[in-house]
Amino acid sequence: MRTSGGRTTDLASENRLTGAYLVVALVALFGGVLTGLFQALEHAGLDLYPWLTPFIQSYYHGLSLHGVLNVLVWTTFFICGFLPFVTAQALGLPLKSRPLGWVTFWLMTGGLVLAAIPLVGNVATVLFTFYPPMKAHWAFYVGLTLVVVGTWLVALNLVLTHRAWRAKNPLARTPLPAFMSLVTFVLWTIASLGLAAEMLFMLIPWSLGLVGGTDALLARVLFWFTGHPIVYFWLLPAYVSWYTLVPRQAGGRLFSDPLARVSFILFLILSTPVGFHHQFTDPGIPEGWKLVHAFLTFAVFFPSLLTFFNVVASLESGARARGGKGWVAWFGKLPWGDPSLAAQVLAMLLFAFGGVGGLINASFNLNLVVHNTSWIPGHLHLTVGTAVTLTFIGITYWLVPYLSGRALWSRRLALVQVWFWFFGMAIFSNALHRLGLMGMPRRTMIGASVYLQPEWRSVLPLVGIGGTILFVSTILYFVNIGLTVVASREPAAVEVAFAEALSGPEHAPAILDRWGLWVAMAVVLVVIAYGPTLARLVSTTPLNAPGLRVW
Amino acid sequence: MRRGTTIYLYELAWILPSIAIPVGMLVALIVTAFGAGIHVPGDEGRVDPTKLAVTSPFDQPGVFEVGPGRYEARMVAGTWFFAPNEIRVPAGSTVTFVATSKDVVHGLFIPKVNVNVMLLPGWVARVVARFDRPGEYPFLCHEYCGIAHHTMWGKVIVEPRS
Repeated sequence: MRTSGGRTTDLASENRLTGAYLVVALVALFGGVLTGLFQALEHAGLDLYPWLTPFIQSYYHGLSLHGVLNVLVWTTFFICGFLPFVTAQALGLPLKSRPLGWVTFWLMTGGLVLAAIPLVGNVATVLFTFYPPMKAHWAFYVGLTLVVVGTWLVALNLVLTHRAWRAKNPLARTPLPAFMSLVTFVLWTIASLGLAAEMLFMLIPWSLGLVGGTDALLARVLFWFTGHPIVYFWLLPAYVSWYTLVPRQAGGRLFSDPLARVSFILFLILSTPVGFHHQFTDPGIPEGWKLVHAFLTFAVFFPSLLTFFNVVASLESGARARGGKGWVAWFGKLPWGDPSLAAQVLAMLLFAFGGVGGLINASFNLNLVVHNTSWIPGHLHLTVGTAVTLTFIGITYWLVPYLSGRALWSRRLALVQVWFWFFGMAIFSNALHRLGLMGMPRRTMIGASVYLQPEWRSVLPLVGIGGTILFVSTILYFVNIGLTVVASREPAAVEVAFAEALSGPEHAPAILDRWGLWVAMAVVLVVIAYGPTLARLVSTTPLNAPGLRVW
Repeated sequence: MRRGTTIYLYELAWILPSIAIPVGMLVALIVTAFGAGIHVPGDEGRVDPTKLAVTSPFDQPGVFEVGPGRYEARMVAGTWFFAPNEIRVPAGSTVTFVATSKDVVHGLFIPKVNVNVMLLPGWVARVVARFDRPGEYPFLCHEYCGIAHHTMWGKVIVEPRS
């Protein structure tokens, strides 16, 4: 319950919806981490796959499960539960359409089940990137498409809810948490058009046998049209927490509300026309267009740096209010005993390395050194695997008690879990980065590879050790969350309280709330960056590569 | 009011270097690409993946000397092989790899000499590398291509000049 304009708004239905999304997200997290453990152990020389049949029929079957569950399902379901929750809380309004909210949830869950059946049955062992002409069962593509359609309905509900708020508040600035949630979903809606086109016009008709062939390059261009901005769809909800909740958890205030809005608008404009930086080594795309995308990728670095400054300055305001001193020493004065805050600050620390690595990946010809080596999963375990995942874990340390009304079962266990993740990931990711620089490929059953190099052997055990620590961390997490829900007897003392700002929304120019302009700029940049290449490929591609099952 | 001004100055002091850093890095990579000549693969045209056996140059995979110290390796990748899977050249050679895939997506990766290119069915890939030091350079498929992906490899054998 919370008050808004003198009226009390009952958000119990929204809370239940968030809880439902959270259950699916956590099941996916667990399944993905479990399959991930077997991969890490395999790299360290402990091949458990012979004992895992018939559940996991090969290394690559497990790898497909790991990628789809962790990178697609866990993130998407968490976000579709969390951002509507944040928006409703910040606006003090229920979702515009609760029935639509629940229909959306069941559509997404139904799609997930449809995709999971072939995935679990080893007839969609195509990894989370599902590059054709490798061909999965049609239900895999149709199911994932339904999940994407569901995310559009979440976006629609948020836009309608914001409109209802705007009608009552014609002159006010949109509250920052709601503003950021909307930007995230508008960004995603634009970005997801590539994936939707790939599914609807290529993969689904082809997997159903309606068309005979496909084209690897056109499919990859459409996939990465969505595939880079999807990382912002995962990351920006973590930023929502870092900007609007973490400063208060740290005992301080958000440094600058207008700067936060500027950085989100820049993400909206710049995050889609950058996908070729995943295709620097692809044939069929002229070098000049790749350079344009490299340039735009460097431009997206700018709002990331703004975020870095703003969030760290907010943390510093909290630490100084708690007696922190010095240029750096204040860092120790953060409330490290709060597992939710500790999780998110540690996520930020590792993300700094992820950001630097991301710049290296984006650096055009420097990408030749790292592309498709284990450097890349090393990188994305710092970004989606830590900046996003550890932040989401930190959020659940207050969100689950809030939704269930029960206090967190053990704060100490949660702290242990968080530090285990931090150290486990530091070891795991560092090892993968180093192995990548030694020329070890990603997505490969390395222990069984015929070209295993002697110099890799000294580092490979660290992959297994880091992965095991991460798995233990996850078990501690699920024990704690499970006991919170079933065994905790203490009532939760959690309120959703957004941070105030040192420089508040009253300093934000009104133009930042004008959506048409920013969306138009985003679309124009997409058309410039992708238009010529897509037009050429669509008009000239013969779609003549037949599909194959190669696993 | 005073606090607002201070925050504004802090923001500006951060924003200006935040623009300068990416611009500086961008200049560096343009210099290395077009000054030092370290290129990424570009558009080399198409080929019908179902007719490779009758399409030049992929009807005759192999290594061909195309000039003094210059070789062309015409390669076809498939599940789960490279043809040819052994390439012998003398030290100091420049090798142009012209390659494609006959089935699913593969990759051609030779660590340390910066050969890193995707092999897509229907598309011709062309990359150039120089092999100065004698020795064996393994090349591997670095894109998941099915159940035996980790067995797909070959090597460039660089022989000392006698």
